[in-house]
Amino acid sequence: MSTASSRPRSALGQLWDNLRALPGRLRRAVFRTGAPVTDRTRSNFVFGNVFLHIHAVRTHRWSLRWSTTWGLGVAAAAAFLITLVTGVLLMFYYKPYPEVAYDSIKDIHYVVPTGRFIRNIHRWAGNVMVVVVFLHMARTFYTAAYRKPREFNWLVGLGLLVLTLGLSFTGYLLPWDQLAYWAITIGANIAQSPREVTDALGITEVFDPGGLQRQLLLGSDVVGEEALIRFYLFHVMILPLALGILLAVHFWRIRKDGGLVRPADADQRLPREPDLVPVFTEAPQKTYHLAALVRGQTPAVGRGPENTVPSMPHLFYAELGVLMLTVLVSLALALVIDAPLKELANPSVPENPAKAPWYFLGLQELVSFSAFMGGIGIPTVVLAGLGLIPFLDREESGTGEWFGGPGGGRLVVGSAAFGLGSVVGVEAVAIRFGWLREWFPEIPQLVITAVNPGTVLAALYAGFSLWVVHRWNSVRSGAMALFTCFLCGFVVLTVIGTWFRGPNWNFYWWPTLWPAH
Amino acid sequence: MTTQAEKPRSRLDPEPLPRRDFLGLGALGSALAALAVALVGMARLPKAAVLSSPSKKFRVTLPESLPPGQALVPEGRSVAVFRDEEGVYAISTVCTHLGCVVRVTPEGFECPCHGSRFAADGSVIKGPAPKPLPWRKVSGAGGTYVVDEDATVPVGTKVKA
Repeated sequence: MSTASSRPRSALGQLWDNLRALPGRLRRAVFRTGAPVTDRTRSNFVFGNVFLHIHAVRTHRWSLRWSTTWGLGVAAAAAFLITLVTGVLLMFYYKPYPEVAYDSIKDIHYVVPTGRFIRNIHRWAGNVMVVVVFLHMARTFYTAAYRKPREFNWLVGLGLLVLTLGLSFTGYLLPWDQLAYWAITIGANIAQSPREVTDALGITEVFDPGGLQRQLLLGSDVVGEEALIRFYLFHVMILPLALGILLAVHFWRIRKDGGLVRPADADQRLPREPDLVPVFTEAPQKTYHLAALVRGQTPAVGRGPENTVPSMPHLFYAELGVLMLTVLVSLALALVIDAPLKELANPSVPENPAKAPWYFLGLQELVSFSAFMGGIGIPTVVLAGLGLIPFLDREESGTGEWFGGPGGGRLVVGSAAFGLGSVVGVEAVAIRFGWLREWFPEIPQLVITAVNPGTVLAALYAGFSLWVVHRWNSVRSGAMALFTCFLCGFVVLTVIGTWFRGPNWNFYWWPTLWPAH
Repeated sequence: MTTQAEKPRSRLDPEPLPRRDFLGLGALGSALAALAVALVGMARLPKAAVLSSPSKKFRVTLPESLPPGQALVPEGRSVAVFRDEEGVYAISTVCTHLGCVVRVTPEGFECPCHGSRFAADGSVIKGPAPKPLPWRKVSGAGGTYVVDEDATVPVGTKVKA
């Protein structure tokens, strides 16, 4: 008996031992690197994990300050994640067929266990995503983070903005209620609105991009089952897939472009951290000749990783915190306010007023002056303008600073005053006195398409920005003026569209003043 | 016998296009061409050849009691049918702005979506609508008429009752 340990273990005994060792071995097979307790294992923790390795192993301390990003990018991604999970859950019960769709949403709302809650979360996370994406864009702009070498990532971000709005819009049709039906009718006719120009020129017979766009969107000439299945396909497959791919590029480029933007003198401005262990105890002796094999600017060349901390746990816990906060906000909103569901779609009686989701009401306000300019012309110009900014502003001062650049905060305040004043003024004129058609009934449509409150506002903003470029002798200042004006215009038009427009899109100071039906 | 030594070529000198590169370029080119053709084919699919919309022609019977100038909007149709002394006519009730259904009022038509207003003959009075409401083709006689929502006729075309 005493020699049992020296005898080779029987196969049965081995099996037993292996079984007992199974949990530990399984854990080591999955997490090969062990607990992240030293700098080395913390690094392994990041680059040994497919989901985390899009982060750098170490993060600059400047990136972890709240005021650098306010966590907006992560919050947007978190909101997308929430809509992804809740959206997949909703697909268990949703049926994309007219009327059946409406019933299935009612089932989700009233019958399916937790269905109402999940749908509310989906809806609110979608809204949170739109808000946060806009705020994230504003943060990127006002810290001049779009500048070289981040121009391309700014463009990717614009693509993500468009996809976010597209996802919201396509999701809007799916319940097949009155709200949905008429919003999509309006949306599809905005797609058709190039006809406003081709009709006026009399060439619609031979050249009809508007009609083609509408037909591709609806798959028919009415909003019906074909339109619903198309919007469904876009909402659950094409757009999320495209957004996921662009998101991966967006994240990857952050790292490849040298991490989050920071001022050139960030290292001097950060408070000394006595506990921070230097990575290189002496100045780096390597000259990084190998790095010269990589063309272009690689951010790590010639710079030691000083003033950085391990991403695990510093960055990841911050990101987790933002994720939890986003979840918390979405859940709280979902508990308090139900996602709307109106009556079943009725193609012969429009909602009055028929309103798009709130973030499109600014556009709807513009569309109420000219369908083509408001729905296609001005948005295209705005997007093109935003895309051009990093290629027109090649200055360097103020990168990574809030409102950095000549003029700074004072310029932004002044531009906000001008932006708010012009949009309120133009709207006041249009609301109080009407527009060209009321004054000259015989006026050709092309004149109204070219000169309407929307285009006048855009021209005012462009003119003001050019003046600012001249006055401050800085393209960056002009860009700040233009972007601030754009934000002011967007907010004011959205507010007017949401709260001050009633039946027949008439102006009312308060919804209680709306006429009774 | 001496052979003319070839001037040694540096690794950094540009190479003439070797066969392998040529074949590679050819392969890449044909792959791109195939992709382009495939994309055209795929893009063709979503544009329906046959539109699944319901028939645009319908029959309507005007009641004897319908007063002149008062509209009859048949259930599920986006057209208003009128009768007056000169005959029967039909005006589309789809707003030319963004496709909302306009309401018939004593003065004409008004759109609930963006406030376009039209006169009784469909011409634009106010708002963003770029074009007047089109008149639709009416045929038939007696009390029953056929209206074609797809066919536009000049303003003022009326069918003798």
